[in-house]
Amino acid sequence: MPPDVAPGRALLSVRALTASYRGLAALHGIALDVAAGEIVAVVGANGAGKSTLLRAIAGQMQTGGDIVFDGTKLQRLAAHRISRMGVALVPEGRRLFMRLSVEDNLRLGAYARHGPDRFGPLDLVYELFPRLRERLAQRAGTLSGGEQQMLAIGRALMTSPRLLMLDEPSQGIMPRLVDDILAAVERIRARGVTILIVEQRLVETLAIADRAYVLQTGRVVMSGAAREIASDAEVRRAYLGM
Amino acid sequence: MTVRPNAITMRRRRELIGGAVLLVLLALLPLPIANAYLRGLIVLTLLYAGLSQGWNILGGYCGQISLGHALYFGIGAYASAILFTRYGIPPPLGMFASAALGALAALLVGWPCFRLSGHYYAIATLVMGMMVLLLAQNWGFVNAAMGITIPFRKQSWVDLEFRIAVLPFHYLMLAYAAIAWAIAWVVEGSRWGFSWRAVKDDVAAAESLAVRVFPSKMAAAAISGAITAVGGALYAQYVGFIDPDSGLGLSLSVLIALPAVVGGVGTLWGPIVGAAVLIPVQQLSVAWLGGSGNGVDLMFYGALIMALALARPQGLVSLFGARSRAGGEVADRA
Repeated sequence: MPPDVAPGRALLSVRALTASYRGLAALHGIALDVAAGEIVAVVGANGAGKSTLLRAIAGQMQTGGDIVFDGTKLQRLAAHRISRMGVALVPEGRRLFMRLSVEDNLRLGAYARHGPDRFGPLDLVYELFPRLRERLAQRAGTLSGGEQQMLAIGRALMTSPRLLMLDEPSQGIMPRLVDDILAAVERIRARGVTILIVEQRLVETLAIADRAYVLQTGRVVMSGAAREIASDAEVRRAYLGM
Repeated sequence: MTVRPNAITMRRRRELIGGAVLLVLLALLPLPIANAYLRGLIVLTLLYAGLSQGWNILGGYCGQISLGHALYFGIGAYASAILFTRYGIPPPLGMFASAALGALAALLVGWPCFRLSGHYYAIATLVMGMMVLLLAQNWGFVNAAMGITIPFRKQSWVDLEFRIAVLPFHYLMLAYAAIAWAIAWVVEGSRWGFSWRAVKDDVAAAESLAVRVFPSKMAAAAISGAITAVGGALYAQYVGFIDPDSGLGLSLSVLIALPAVVGGVGTLWGPIVGAAVLIPVQQLSVAWLGGSGNGVDLMFYGALIMALALARPQGLVSLFGARSRAGGEVADRA
């Protein structure tokens, strides 16, 4: 698979990436590039390895191959170091601290940062999700699904990421809110944050993405401009079940 | 820009004021009480409030349930007692050694055991505690099963020795419980406190936010071990005697954890409320029902704990709505 980003322009560059769960291979030599300022979507059926890919980049699993972020190899770096480098993952199922308040969840996002402006990203979080500001003292576990997703994204933004990875942000939330969340993703990109998003909702996601990769059983079977992939009838039928 | 809304700063300030008021009340409490038994009961209650607060830092805030805290208690008690009786080092200084050794022991236990999760960690601490109990029962340096008696020489604040008068011990234990509470208060609002609660709630999520899980647990363990060890040193001075059973027994580990569990795990007031209920009940049930050897006192005590756990699974502090600020209503899930 040829690189899709001009050499030297990639913020994130993945080559020959393999990963497995207890010996069961989930990724077979993935190649993927994300340039600074892009929204890149990874789409594909259940079990194609989309979540695994994001977890591998975030340092949450053992991998083979190369993952280079802004010139630094991420392999064998602990998850907390990767987070400090500016790679944030909004994990599948959100993984909020359900017993802690909204405020505490946001504060934990800023955990790795020091200095007076460590809570600086809070302005952006409130601007994107005003509802969170109203619910600061409420326990995360008592929020609605959509609000929890907002909080999960807000918490990741508190780390001041350069690359924000979102794993199925539409999962388990009202259709109306899905558009809000994806609109927020576009606004986050407008602030200079690069986005790598995994989603099952193809039409909406490909509409905001610049480029997309189609994954099938752990391999990239197609990549290109999001618009082209969305409009290619063959692709839609063969890989995306549409 | 501040992330703290007023409500939370206000709550923390209220807690501090509440703590100060309680401190004054407890300082005055023994003055009208002439009964030496009752005074002794209050001293023990204060000791357990402090011990359990120490346990709460690791077990409550960080979520690492330890069933081996008697280990740190015993190390603290033995360290100060041995330094005092053999080397003449006064207990107020010896307590620093106790704290250091307690922290060190907690780190040594944590090093292998924090690689285990959930129940396995609790079981490992239990086994560690029993191993050291066996060791102490057979180790000549600590007088094996005979234990160490701290001879009374003269009434002295330097040596922390007081004849009959329980009052000085009341203030020592009160200071101990207050310091343990203050440490928990500081911890609650600190970066460490946040990282501990994150680790307790979701390890993977904490890690992805750059929380270093293992060092976080180790830090909680060290602070917890140090607080517990100082309590052990105070206990040894109070009773004037320490042996493996009283200082390292499994029942002691349970007794250290219980007030926090019954009062409210991971809460500031839980250990105090729990100790205030459990320790008097335990002591009085021994006094009134025990002694016949039929174990009625233990049955009564056990039944009470079960009743409390059934009635208030969130701990007794939930009676006061201390946690209701979170808003109980579960929002409709879309």
